[in-house]
Amino acid sequence: MPKAKVTFEDIGVSVTVPAGTRLIEVSEKVGAGITYGCREGECCTCLTKVVSGAENLAPPSILEDQVLKDNLAPRNHRLACQAQIIGGEIVVKPA
Amino acid sequence: MPAAALTDQAVELAPGVHWVGALDPHLRNFDIILKTANGTTYNSYVVRGENGVAVIDTVKENFADVFFQRLESVASYDEITTIVLNHLEPDHSGALPELLKRAPQARVYLSSRAQMMLKALLKPSGEKPPEYIPVTTGDTVDLGGRTLHFLHTPYLHWPDTQCTYLVEEGILFSGDVFGCHFCDARLFNDSVGDFRFSFEYYYAHIMRPFRENVLDAVALIEPLELNLIAPAHGPFLRHQPRDYVHRYRELATPRLFNEARSEKTLVVFYISAYGNTRRMAEALAAGAEAIGGVRVSLYDLEGGESGIFTDLIEEADGLAFGSPTINADAVKPIWDVLSSLTTVNVKGKLGAAFGSYGWSGEAVRLIEDRLRGLKLRVPVEGLRIKLVPDAGELEQCRDLGELLARHLTGKVEHREIDMAALA
Repeated sequence: MPKAKVTFEDIGVSVTVPAGTRLIEVSEKVGAGITYGCREGECCTCLTKVVSGAENLAPPSILEDQVLKDNLAPRNHRLACQAQIIGGEIVVKPA
Repeated sequence: MPAAALTDQAVELAPGVHWVGALDPHLRNFDIILKTANGTTYNSYVVRGENGVAVIDTVKENFADVFFQRLESVASYDEITTIVLNHLEPDHSGALPELLKRAPQARVYLSSRAQMMLKALLKPSGEKPPEYIPVTTGDTVDLGGRTLHFLHTPYLHWPDTQCTYLVEEGILFSGDVFGCHFCDARLFNDSVGDFRFSFEYYYAHIMRPFRENVLDAVALIEPLELNLIAPAHGPFLRHQPRDYVHRYRELATPRLFNEARSEKTLVVFYISAYGNTRRMAEALAAGAEAIGGVRVSLYDLEGGESGIFTDLIEEADGLAFGSPTINADAVKPIWDVLSSLTTVNVKGKLGAAFGSYGWSGEAVRLIEDRLRGLKLRVPVEGLRIKLVPDAGELEQCRDLGELLARHLTGKVEHREIDMAALA
């Protein structure tokens, strides 16, 4: 299975993950500072800054895109509960 | 002093400025979390300019009738050009759908974050959302000789909250800020009964979790000329309104100088039946203290109360909880503390758990789950030790303390992990 590497900048941890993993599945396990509310892409609590490698995340769904717009999220910000890692290297930190 | 609100007429605050809200004297519990010993008020206001009329907030839905009666006593619906929503919670927006039907020409002014909530609010009625304009600090609406100036004051106590300042009269329509659940038909702070307890109780339960936002809002409000504060609940503050702003600043500021303010702080809470979890706590604390830049406090939960511990938790950067496992659970004093934290902001603090156990040792994982649920970050797996910790196991406790301290001070080394290795 293709692998990817996601780095949580706030705690200095890089995790090798299978492609298809969502950020939420990793960030909680390593204790990164990204926090979660609804976990369903609605509340925007888990807004995360993608420091680099945004192209290595699957594009946001229509729902995620709308929530990001409604909450005035800056560029290169994603919902960690929705963002799916598709390969390569990604660096993230809490928004 | 005559009671101002015993009729269904609007009550004048200043020329062309009226209260059109509602009294709810029999309410005894608000939003489940607040006691309301003499009820509350839902305050809504009308401002008349030369070119139009503004309505600022509405009331809870089942008080809509008296709201509309009072509104009709000072304005007709076709005069309403402006509706300001300082806060979309249902106790202030309950009459909004009906108001929008009666005054469809009105433009709605609200914060950016309120837009989603407005759509959700109007969803049951199937009504198309009205023309609405998101505003922030510095935006104004000119009613003709009357200027509404908006202040962006989010998280007081919802993401959508804002204040609106009537420039010419020096009146601040503050939303829930400076409000309280206190019902007295005399309405003005220099006429009503003693509401000081209610004012501070409201702050403690509604605003305290957002004290950083409170201080931001107070900084925006302090430079304003203030003749009257008109909050969304409780008395209008016309006598010494600035005192209430100053009190908010005091309430949002730690009371005593924090001697550890230049360091990171770790508070270690424990409870112990046979001294084993206590020994773990002491070793953990010693390990953390060995790392420079961290000030550690050690507390036995049996020696205090949830309220005191809540104060400690609010100020701490990191929290470690030690509990034995009894009947497959952490013990009640732990849960008492961990279920008392809705009044403070714990999001993003560092959390950890540890404990001695006899048979199955579920407490540590259960505490960790609760800490994550409270939006703490839990970067280090907790430590479970079977019954009596030996010298090597106490060394593990010290190591845990050291690691927590390194996380608090940013001294942790970069790690590479394979996801398969994570529990």
